[in-house]
Amino acid sequence: MLSGVPYETRMHTTATPQDSTSVIRTNNLSLTFETNDGPVHALANIDLEVGAGDFVSFIGPSGCGKTTLLRVIADLEQPTDGSITVNGVTPEEARLTRAYGYVFQAAALYPWRTIARNVALPLEIMGLSRRERNERVRRNLELVNLAGFEKKYPWALSGGMQQRASIARALAVEPDLLLMDEPFGALDEIVRDHLNEQLLKLWEKTKKTVVFVTHSIPEAVFLSTHIVVMSPRPGRIFDVIESDLPRDRTLDIRETPEFLAIAHRVREGLREGHSYEDTV
Amino acid sequence: MSRLQTILIVFAALCAGSTMFLGLTAEGYGISTVPLLQAFTGAVLLLAAICYGWSYLFMFNRLVAGALVGGVSLFGAYGLIQTVGEVAPGPGFWAATLAAWALGWLCVEILASIETRNNVLNFLLRLLIPVAFGAWLLIIWELCTRGFNVPQVLLPSPSAIGDRFTQSTATLWVDFKQTFLKAVLIGYALGCGSGFLVALLIDRSPFLKRGLLPIGNLVSALPIVGVAPIMVMWFGFDWPSKAAVVVIMTFFPMLVNTVSGLAASTAIQGDLMKTYAAGYWQMLFKMRLPEALPFIFNALKINSTLALIGAIVAEFFGTPIIGMGFRISTEVGRMNVDMVWAEIAVAAIAGSLFYGLITLLERLCTFWHPSYRN
Amino acid sequence: MATGNDLRLIDRVWPVVAVVLAIIVFWYLAAVYLNTPFQRDTYERAKVENVSFVTHVKDTLAQKRPVLPAPHQVVSEIYDTTVKKKITSKRSLIFHSWITLSTALLGFVMGTLLGIVLAISIINNRALDKSLMPWIIASQTIPILAIAPMIIVVLNSIGIQGLLPKAFISTYLSFFPVAVGMVKGLRSPETSHTDLMRTYNASSWQTLWKLRMPSAMPFLFTSMKVAIAIAMVGAIVGELPTGAVAGLGARLLAGSYYGQTIQIWSALVMASILAAALVAIVSLVNRLVLRRMGMLA
Repeated sequence: MLSGVPYETRMHTTATPQDSTSVIRTNNLSLTFETNDGPVHALANIDLEVGAGDFVSFIGPSGCGKTTLLRVIADLEQPTDGSITVNGVTPEEARLTRAYGYVFQAAALYPWRTIARNVALPLEIMGLSRRERNERVRRNLELVNLAGFEKKYPWALSGGMQQRASIARALAVEPDLLLMDEPFGALDEIVRDHLNEQLLKLWEKTKKTVVFVTHSIPEAVFLSTHIVVMSPRPGRIFDVIESDLPRDRTLDIRETPEFLAIAHRVREGLREGHSYEDTV
Repeated sequence: MSRLQTILIVFAALCAGSTMFLGLTAEGYGISTVPLLQAFTGAVLLLAAICYGWSYLFMFNRLVAGALVGGVSLFGAYGLIQTVGEVAPGPGFWAATLAAWALGWLCVEILASIETRNNVLNFLLRLLIPVAFGAWLLIIWELCTRGFNVPQVLLPSPSAIGDRFTQSTATLWVDFKQTFLKAVLIGYALGCGSGFLVALLIDRSPFLKRGLLPIGNLVSALPIVGVAPIMVMWFGFDWPSKAAVVVIMTFFPMLVNTVSGLAASTAIQGDLMKTYAAGYWQMLFKMRLPEALPFIFNALKINSTLALIGAIVAEFFGTPIIGMGFRISTEVGRMNVDMVWAEIAVAAIAGSLFYGLITLLERLCTFWHPSYRN
Repeated sequence: MATGNDLRLIDRVWPVVAVVLAIIVFWYLAAVYLNTPFQRDTYERAKVENVSFVTHVKDTLAQKRPVLPAPHQVVSEIYDTTVKKKITSKRSLIFHSWITLSTALLGFVMGTLLGIVLAISIINNRALDKSLMPWIIASQTIPILAIAPMIIVVLNSIGIQGLLPKAFISTYLSFFPVAVGMVKGLRSPETSHTDLMRTYNASSWQTLWKLRMPSAMPFLFTSMKVAIAIAMVGAIVGELPTGAVAGLGARLLAGSYYGQTIQIWSALVMASILAAALVAIVSLVNRLVLRRMGMLA
């Protein structure tokens, strides 16, 4: 369950602030960077709620703050104003308890570690036993269909496989929350479609909450239960679209009128948010 | 056949052919090795004939062609070296030398043009080609010094150096122990080790990093060998003063390289470690040190040559009566140039092995780096 | 976020100044400490007792042949031997510096040219690449500085004298970084750029001049910075075996014969200043050339 500023009415009336199903909750969140050219309002007055099991996409043009918002959730940036809780605690506490897994745009696998040891990296840092590590590595590599590639080095794998390994690495922490920052942005469309389908299956199987940053409309509509349309200068939430597509989707759904209707609403939102105007 | 290869074989054939009209030696044909050289001439002409018109030579694979050409070339070299030992050479001798040399070059050209996916063969070729080149350098050196009667004092022949080397292994070993095993290795370990540790320390303080890095860069460019006389005054004539020079010479390259290596991790990798709530030491050992390894090995390689230079030069400023630098300067004074060259050979072999060892270690530790992947 | 370039000048200069000041303070402390034993002996021999601390410190910093001369002693020695002496005098540090400098420069120019020629031959010929490159690397593991005395003596005996033999040592040392850097630089153009030249049917010389050389410029200058620093080392060491006649290396050797520590340090400081100045000049030319070529913002 989720809400954006202009659409207060969308909020489920049954929701209370202490709702146990709310994973991320922000209140009037703002972030301003001080630069040599004056302050940059990366995020302004963000009110957002992400419920457990949701698949939420942030979409918008570059500079709209979608990645910054994700980084604030992950405690990689600190807000200058407003409040935010992740799992009911501050982002820092959430990070220290390894409450989330983060997938970057680049796979960022260590070239000196095999795939298996890359996936084991966060587990080593958490201080898990060797047996537990091996078990989790095996399980999560299977989950992303990379069983059999344990002993390979990342540079011997294709871009899509590398990104799958990095998703396995994020899953190995066994978090309830998965934060993904344009994870498929650098891949070609064919691979991207394939991985999108796999990601949906994974989400269904694991029942995790996913926050997903993208700049592709079809990708956002295909994956999400909620689509957050953001607009730039200052970075803010313009619209939140709840998708009524069935959870069990295949790529074919993209040709259905329902899908196209939602995609159209997203595009309209982007246009009204001046996303298509010339930006610097 | 490429144009260069054609030119080489034609040149070799012309030179070999001309030996029939030019005197092989100053005294004519009355020596025992002449049949050897005549056989060589015949072989060259045969090779050229095979190549003429149509490249029959390359109907076999290039490996066989290269081996054939190289074999004939070495056979010629053998005959020439035998000849030069007996009598004064004539113009025909030098023509034969040119022919053999051109074949040596052709052999390298052919071997270098081989492209193969076979790893073992690739490795052997990578080894064989420079060895062939080096062997020919030595052959030319031998033939010229002996053929032109170059005075021993100016440039001894490789065989004379080799003789001296085998006769004085005891002295060479003592010098090697003093200079390399003590001064160089101890100084190198201390210099690189302290440079690395100081880099780790100043890495934690941005202020020190900004203050020390420009100075470290500057000092790396200064003629630090100049501290040798001071170190000899402070630490005495024996090896510790040489090790001290080596420490100072190797410290700064290691410091500067390690600091830039530690800064080499990308922001995204740092963020990744942060999402795992990794501590400073976990970040250091699991991310930043592996990332810094190529830089650290770069410093280790630079330092391996610097260390040898530092130790030997420091010996010029005072030393007990052993050591490679000491031996070189005293034997030069006595005009025993072959002994000097024997010491140089020891230094070259030790230096190359040292460098080779570090390169090997580098390949093992940084096999993942783009420059080594295949 | 602040990166190295965004820092204000003062933020970059202040740490360096602080570290330099710390080094000078440390130097003075070390000088007092290291020179104290000799000073005690002197007092004992002169039967002087009850020396005040201030006098003691003053005396340790004013010895004639200190174990470690104080910075101001070195500075005043450099001042005496540069400003107060005639340039032609054998006691003038400028005279000696000039000899070392000209040797280093001659060697550097020859080394750079040799390095460039080698690099061009290597990228144009596969056989040379495979056979020569390993030997170029191996050549540097031979401690040429150790052979320096012999090269000087041998070349002298066949009549080559003066700057040239010493310059050869600088050449030998400085060709290496240039050759290696230029090979890297000449190979640095991307495949798309070399492919473009192929579509024009450009000859290998045209590709060299119009594409490879310009791309290699940043590499050339980086190598030249290393080369000129090491040419300076070669020149200094080349002066050692000539028997302390002239040059900064000779000053070092003469100083060490007679225990003239102040002379050694002043020669060392002078050599460092020269080396730093040479590197700075190369960096400056680097910036000018690259800006002219539009490769530097």
